[in-house]
Amino acid sequence: MNLDFSVVQGALPYLWKGMQYTLQLTITAAIGGLVFGTLLALARLSSIRWLSNLAAGYVNLMRSIPLVLVIFWFFFLVPFILQSITGAERPPQVGAERTAIITFIMFEAAYFCEIMRAGIQSIPRGQVYAGYALGLTYGQSMRLVILPQAFRNMLPVLLTQTIILFQDTSLVYVISATDFVGAAAKIAQRDSRLVEMYLFVAVVYFVICYGLSLLVKHLQRRLAVPGRI
Amino acid sequence: MAYNWNWGVFFQKTPDDENQYWELIVEGLGWTLAVSAVAWVIAMTVGALVGTIRTTDRPWLVRLGNAWVELFRNIPLLVQMFLWYFVIPEFIPPLKRWMIATDPVYAQFLSAVLCLGLFTSARIAEQVRAGIQSLSRGQRFAGMAMGLTQPQVYRYVLLPMAFRIVIPPLTSETMNLIKNSSIALTIGLAELTFRSREIGEYTFNFFEAFTAATIIYIVIAMTANRVMAWVERRAAVPGYIAGGK
Repeated sequence: MNLDFSVVQGALPYLWKGMQYTLQLTITAAIGGLVFGTLLALARLSSIRWLSNLAAGYVNLMRSIPLVLVIFWFFFLVPFILQSITGAERPPQVGAERTAIITFIMFEAAYFCEIMRAGIQSIPRGQVYAGYALGLTYGQSMRLVILPQAFRNMLPVLLTQTIILFQDTSLVYVISATDFVGAAAKIAQRDSRLVEMYLFVAVVYFVICYGLSLLVKHLQRRLAVPGRI
Repeated sequence: MAYNWNWGVFFQKTPDDENQYWELIVEGLGWTLAVSAVAWVIAMTVGALVGTIRTTDRPWLVRLGNAWVELFRNIPLLVQMFLWYFVIPEFIPPLKRWMIATDPVYAQFLSAVLCLGLFTSARIAEQVRAGIQSLSRGQRFAGMAMGLTQPQVYRYVLLPMAFRIVIPPLTSETMNLIKNSSIALTIGLAELTFRSREIGEYTFNFFEAFTAATIIYIVIAMTANRVMAWVERRAAVPGYIAGGK
């Protein structure tokens, strides 16, 4: 068979647009997921029974169904919920690209929650008591004492999860959003050049993800809190 | 939020008038389980092998194992699925001819099984390596002092312990594998998620169809969890924290 990679060269501007969306989706979902996930983790660790049960239920639900199914759920659920909030006559046109952002924030929150929970639980209890002894409120001791340390301890895991997220965003392909894979698939089908396109996509992902994972390993050694394992 | 649920949809006839919709769900579940089961066997076999060679004293074997893991870990599963289905057959003419001649579902099944099996093998290899390295070095030395060869040390001393230790992480990899099998819908395999979307498209009862699939996935996850918890208890090593006694 003849490989002709000139098709990739011609499609580079379009692929770059797809990659920009992939990056935008990854970064938005990582930040949104981290914020929402941290709140979920605090809820899970809360002593208020119904709150921690609610958070645990949400996290377990998200973690037991496939991401593809979650993407489908939100794709149909988001317009429906917006319609019932705004009271519009017909479901608003949200678009696959924007629904995907909401989906990934909600989905990643469940995974970031588990990471942050482990991070918070890895902090010795004495730190909380020390905070209270200084007269800090719950909110202050979390914000000023516990969370910064938990965040620092968990940074390598959070970054690794973000690399996984970067790969997982490719699944927006199933709702025909034009991310990097979606753009490549459209060109591949238009020009009947599936082999060249998908090989190129695989190489690009490999280079980025492998490079980032080396960086995370390096960071892990640099960032360890002194005096702790 | 008023939504008119219509659960009767599962007992309506499909457009070809041969089945009811619930039968499509059962069929889809069958494919999900079949793909997961075969891929699981591949993943366990290859994963155990690759994980083991990464702890040997042969640098080239270690490098080979590391390269295997990095290769499968750094490419999105969706892209790997496309590679197995669209790209690799182009380089193997007999396989390509078979894929064109046979019922497409077999070609989809083969690609999905190889893709998921080898992708998961890399993750299992990582767990198995960690399991072997968590054993104290004295065990290896004791085996060598008794005059065992390296394969014997692994066969009789290290692996029996390591496998019992890594069962909990392997449970979550098994669940991931079942969930990941839904990605096979991108190459057209009519598994559970595929079927639930199909029912939604035919009947516009998307929420009922997705609810059915969601419940089935939760039941599968809970069952797998129970089974593995039982295996875990049976295989727990006495004296370790997880071992209880």
